[in-house]
Amino acid sequence: MKKLLLPALLSALLAACSSTATDTTGAKVEDRAGSGAGVATVTAPGMSGSGIAALTDPNNILSKRSVYFDYDSFVIKSEAKPLIEAHARFLVQNPQMKILIQGNTDERGSREYNIALGQKRADAVRQALSLLGAKEGQIESVSLGEEKPRCTDASEACYAQNRRGDILYSGEF
Amino acid sequence: MAIIVKTLVHHTMNRMLAIFRLLLAGVIACAAFGAHAQLSIEITGSGASRFPVVIPVFENEGSLPRGVSDVVRADLERSGLFSLVDIGPLPLPESRVPDLADMRARGADAVLSASLLPQSDGRYEVRFRLFDTQKQVELGAMSMRMAPAQNRLTGHRIADFVYEKLTGLPGYFSTRIAYVVKSGARYELQIADADGMNAQAALVSREPIISPSWSPDGQRLAYVSFEAKKPIVYIHTLATGQRQVVANFKGSNSAPTWSPDGTQLAVVLTKDGQSQLYALNADGSGVRRLASSAGIDTEPAWSPDGQWIYFTSDRGGSPQIYRIPATGGSAQRVTFDGNYNVTPRPSPDGKLLAFITRNNGKFQVAVNDLNSRQTTILTDSARDESPSFAPNGRMILYATETGGRGVLAAVSSDGRVKQRLSVQAADVREPAWGPLQK
Repeated sequence: MKKLLLPALLSALLAACSSTATDTTGAKVEDRAGSGAGVATVTAPGMSGSGIAALTDPNNILSKRSVYFDYDSFVIKSEAKPLIEAHARFLVQNPQMKILIQGNTDERGSREYNIALGQKRADAVRQALSLLGAKEGQIESVSLGEEKPRCTDASEACYAQNRRGDILYSGEF
Repeated sequence: MAIIVKTLVHHTMNRMLAIFRLLLAGVIACAAFGAHAQLSIEITGSGASRFPVVIPVFENEGSLPRGVSDVVRADLERSGLFSLVDIGPLPLPESRVPDLADMRARGADAVLSASLLPQSDGRYEVRFRLFDTQKQVELGAMSMRMAPAQNRLTGHRIADFVYEKLTGLPGYFSTRIAYVVKSGARYELQIADADGMNAQAALVSREPIISPSWSPDGQRLAYVSFEAKKPIVYIHTLATGQRQVVANFKGSNSAPTWSPDGTQLAVVLTKDGQSQLYALNADGSGVRRLASSAGIDTEPAWSPDGQWIYFTSDRGGSPQIYRIPATGGSAQRVTFDGNYNVTPRPSPDGKLLAFITRNNGKFQVAVNDLNSRQTTILTDSARDESPSFAPNGRMILYATETGGRGVLAAVSSDGRVKQRLSVQAADVREPAWGPLQK
């Protein structure tokens, strides 16, 4: 018969604390792409060409940060080309700037497999920017899989918004 | 970078500090275990032939603030393998052999006798015996000590004893489960007893947490957290709340699972390109590649004997399950039916492989008999994910969806017993069943 180490177990269980989790005051989670607050903290010297303000100027294409993909596809559509070109140009002109590309998928299927699919989308954006002259060291491509949907209805229109890559600049991540 | 990730430590001193801070903040009202976070379990299907047992009220049980025998009864009933024969409120003291012929006449095949003996230190000694009414023999006896507040764990231990004596398999009632609760923009990694009670948050974050994986000794969890805007693998020691980054390479870091000896983790990294399999030591050192493919390799899982690593790969065009020798070598394809088979999880005895298959557009839990290569689909739901075996291999816990909400469910590995576990007004996902506690 198995010996029961009950006391050890009990103390482990009983020592466990309350599940109450009130948010601590103070620190706030920084918002995602497009938040002006994050960008304002960047004071990169020697900024040339279109200034850093362009990244959040709604009239500038650089404020557009999302590249959308078809179902089960990892190919950048022609409609996204101007956006890709503008960001590549900005990265070439501002070699000290770094970006994080977050790939996303719709919610169908395994979470971990979707991490891998989202990575393929992020990598597609990274490769397109590299081909246009952005340096490897400026870009990190990662995946959020299905974890950060922009739209949460179970509809094709909604899924389409979630199949995307997002570009975040230094200070936004 | 300002991120709210709160580790809820289980250390008494830290708990005192936390309570003190709560008092300071004037938010004592909700300091009790969050009832909102309790999982409730509903049996949605059970085995055809259930073993009839008598679990009487324990002698002296009325002197406890909360009962033990009802915990035992609930555990056994929920397993789907037992039916309870009610003999009323009279206890069957452990000191006397019950009238087994009478119990047999009432329809019981087994009967427990149990007594609580108050000790001078305020604790109780619980003594119990299990009898077979057909063979008229004692199947076993045990005693343990408990504080009155330990009624639930004591009940789970007794249920484990009864389960093991009557089925020959270890019970799983005193094990724990981990899962993630999402409410609004808040993610909690919770640890609960296998019956969903005693839920405690191990980690609270404003960013997603996925893929919790228990260390074989049940002391630590590996998981993926997105708190740094990208997936990073952490190891979290439950007793102290201490966290350590074990994989944070350029790109994505995900899908951690432990080697059976607890010394290594298999993970998926994109540092060299697409998602590929790597192994590293549990302190994050010694990263090395396990396999190479031109496509996606992910969701590694060690076989219990440590010989194989099962994983999902799209190297053949669609996601299918493969395996490689853990020491390296060529991959063998394991699944062949359908065009979406993912998340392989070998059973503790190594004989079955649970996974998720897409069947007419529905994602369902399936098992493959690794000897006969026969696949059986166990569920009829549509959004199943993350299967996880109970440590005795009898049940498979998984995430699914009902009414647009994430819930946990469990199905027996033969498909006969079905249960649903739900938390009110929250999304529950990413379950992982912990090991037997030694």
